[in-house]
Amino acid sequence: MTRVTQYFKSLLLIELFQGMALTMRYMFKPKYTMRYPMEHIPKSNRFRGLHALRRYANGEERCIACKLCEAVCPALAITIDSAPRAEDGQRRTTRYDIDLFKCIFCGFCEESCPVDSIVETHVHEYHMEHRGENVVTKAQLLAIGDRFEQDIAAARAQDAAYR
Amino acid sequence: MTMADQLIHHLLIPVLFILAILLPLIISVAMFVYWERKVIGWMHVRMGPNKIGPLGMLQAFADVVKLLLKEVILPTNANKFLYYLAPMLALVPAMAAWAVVPFGPETVLANVNAGVLYLLAMTSMGVYGIILAGWSSNSRYAMLGAMRAAAQVISYELAMGMSIVCVLVLTGSLNLTAIVNAQSGNFFDWFWLPLLPVFVIYFVSGVAETNRAPFDVAEGESEIVAGFHVEYSGSAFAIFFLAEYANMILVSFLASILFMGGWLSPFPESWGFIGHGGFHWLFIKAFFFAFLFLWFRASFPRYRYDQIMRLGWKVFIPITIVWVLVAGCMKYFGWVHLGTGA
Amino acid sequence: MNTDLLQLICFYFFGAVAVIGGLMVISVKNSVHAVLSLVLTFFSMACVWLLAEAEFLAIALVVVYVGAVMVLFLFVVMMLDIKQEVVREGFIRYLPVGIVVAVVMLAEMLAMIGVKAMHAHTLGPNPAGDSNVAWLGQALYTEFLLPFEIAALILTVGIVAAVALTLRQRAGVRHQSAAQQVAVHAADRVRVVKVAVERPASVNPAPVVVPPQENAP
Repeated sequence: MTRVTQYFKSLLLIELFQGMALTMRYMFKPKYTMRYPMEHIPKSNRFRGLHALRRYANGEERCIACKLCEAVCPALAITIDSAPRAEDGQRRTTRYDIDLFKCIFCGFCEESCPVDSIVETHVHEYHMEHRGENVVTKAQLLAIGDRFEQDIAAARAQDAAYR
Repeated sequence: MTMADQLIHHLLIPVLFILAILLPLIISVAMFVYWERKVIGWMHVRMGPNKIGPLGMLQAFADVVKLLLKEVILPTNANKFLYYLAPMLALVPAMAAWAVVPFGPETVLANVNAGVLYLLAMTSMGVYGIILAGWSSNSRYAMLGAMRAAAQVISYELAMGMSIVCVLVLTGSLNLTAIVNAQSGNFFDWFWLPLLPVFVIYFVSGVAETNRAPFDVAEGESEIVAGFHVEYSGSAFAIFFLAEYANMILVSFLASILFMGGWLSPFPESWGFIGHGGFHWLFIKAFFFAFLFLWFRASFPRYRYDQIMRLGWKVFIPITIVWVLVAGCMKYFGWVHLGTGA
Repeated sequence: MNTDLLQLICFYFFGAVAVIGGLMVISVKNSVHAVLSLVLTFFSMACVWLLAEAEFLAIALVVVYVGAVMVLFLFVVMMLDIKQEVVREGFIRYLPVGIVVAVVMLAEMLAMIGVKAMHAHTLGPNPAGDSNVAWLGQALYTEFLLPFEIAALILTVGIVAAVALTLRQRAGVRHQSAAQQVAVHAADRVRVVKVAVERPASVNPAPVVVPPQENAP
C-alpha cells in the first residue's frame, strides 16, 4: 500500500507542488532586508565600536596612565607612555596609541579602566586611506571622545544598572 | 519592379521584421534577468536589486555595460578560434529559432510548414556552443560541465521531441499557426488537458534542455565552479548568458503555443475585449511559464546527475511514447475537439 | 535580379561552402576542426535541399546528423588524445589511391545520374497542396507503410543489440536505485527516542572517583 501511495505521490509531483507552495508563501512575506546606508539596525548600548578617550565635565582628561588597558589587551593593540605633566606634575599619558588593525574589539580595555576613560563608541563606520592611519593617537582619541561624549554618556547611563 | 524595390522587399523589410523581434527579445532578456533576481529575492525573503533606476529596473542594463567593458580573457593553450566561436554558436540558434514563433494569427516572421521541425533543429544545434566552449577553454571544469550539459541536452531533446509529436498527432500539421488554430475553442479545448502528462514533461524537459535549476548540474557551482563557461568573461560570457535566457523565453513561448492555445483567449468570445485573442494573451501565458522557471529555481534543490539521466530516459521517454499512442487514439476516435481557427 | 537568379546564387554559395567544408574535413590538422567542418558540410547541404524545396529532408538532416550524430562524434573526438603527426603520416603516400577511388566514384555517380536523366519524368504537382511534409507523411504511412515499419524494426533491433552487447552483469557491484532513495521515509532511517530530561531521584549519583596518586611528589 505504501508503495502504491508512494508511486502516486511521485507521479503526481505532490511533494514538488508542496515545495512550490511554500516558496510562493514566502514570496509575499515581509522582507527582512535592511537597506543599510539608509536604514540601520538598532545598536545595543554595549556595542563596541571605535575607541575614544573621555574627559570629565570640567575638561580634564580622565586617563591617569595606569596602563591596565595596555596590560589586559589580548591583541597588544594599545601602547602607552607616561610622564608627570609639566604644569602640575600629575601622572598623565604622553602617548596613547591604539592599532585598529590589531584590535579585536573585545572591550577588555573598557572593562579594566578604573576611571571610565577608554571606551568603545557606537561608531563602526570609519576608514583609513593611507598606511599608518590605522594607529589612532591620543589626540585623535580625545577628539573622538569630545565629539561623541553625549552618545557615550547616554549609553553608559543606560547600562549603569548592570555594571 | 526596379532594383530598389527588390532590395526593399527582399532585404530591408525582412531585416526590419527581424529587428522587430530580436530587439524586444534582448530587452526582455534583460528584464527577465532583473525579474529573476527580484523573484528569487522575494522567495528568499530578500528584496532583490532595488538601487539602480526605479525599483532597480536598470540593474540588468548596468550589468550589461559592466560585462561589455570587461576584458575577455583567453586561457593558456585554449583553442583561440573555437573559444571565440563557441558563444556565437550558442547564440545564433537561440535567436534563429524565433523566426517561426507566431505571435498572432497573421503575425509571424516565417510561416513555414515545417515550423516545429525547424525549432527542433535549432534547439538541437545549441548544444554545439556548449560543447565547444567546454572543450576549447582547456579547463577540466569546463570540460566536465560541457559533457554534462551535452549529455543532458541530448537526452531531454528526445522526451521533448516525443511530447511535441503528441501535439503533431492531434493537429496533423507541423505549422505552429495551424497548431494554435487547432486549439481554438474554450479553455478546455487547449491541448494541455488531453495531453496533460506530456505537457508537464514538455515543460520539465524544457527546463532541463536550457540547463536551468533544478537541472543545472552543468554549472553546479559546488562541484565544477560554473561548468562550461568557467573561463569566459566579459562580453563572451554575456553572450552565453543572453543565449541561455533567450532559450528560456523561447521554451516559455513554445509551451504556451503548443499546449496553452497561443494567442487565444481563455474566455468565451462574448466577453468583449478579454474574450478576444491577441498577442497579449500569448505574452501573459509566456510570462507565466517564464515565471515557473524562476519559481522552480527558488524551490528545488539540484538534481543528482544520475537522477537526471534516470528521469529523462526511464520516466519521461516511456510516458511520452505511451501518450503518443493515447493521442493517436484520441485523434482516431475523435475524443478531442479540434478547432479550425475561425 | 529575379528570384531564380537569387536562388541560383544561393545554390552555388551553399554548394561551394559544402565542398570547401568537405575538403577541410580531410585536410585540417585538428580533428575537432575536422568534425566541425563536417557539421558545416551537413548544414550547407541542408540549405541546398531547402532550396530544392525538400524541407523535411533538410531539417531532418539538421536534427539527426547535425543535432545528434555529429555531437556524439564530437564527443568521441574530444575525448581522444590524437597525435596529429601520426594520423597524417600516410596522407601523401595514400593520396594517389584516394584520388583514384574518388575519380571512380565520381564517374559512377555521373553515370548513374546520366542513366536516371535519360528516364527522367517530371514530377506531378504536389498532391497535398503546398506542404510536402504532409505529402511525405501521407506517402510513408500509406504506400510505404510496410518498408517503413520494417526499417523501424531494424533500428529497434540495432538498439537492443547495442545495449545487449555492452551490458554486462557484474557480480558484487553495489548499485543505488534512485527510486528507492526517493521513496525513503524519515522513519526508516531515524528513530526518535524520548529521553527523560533528568536522572530519576532514586538513582544514586555516580561516586566521585579520586584518581590514585601513585607518583605523588
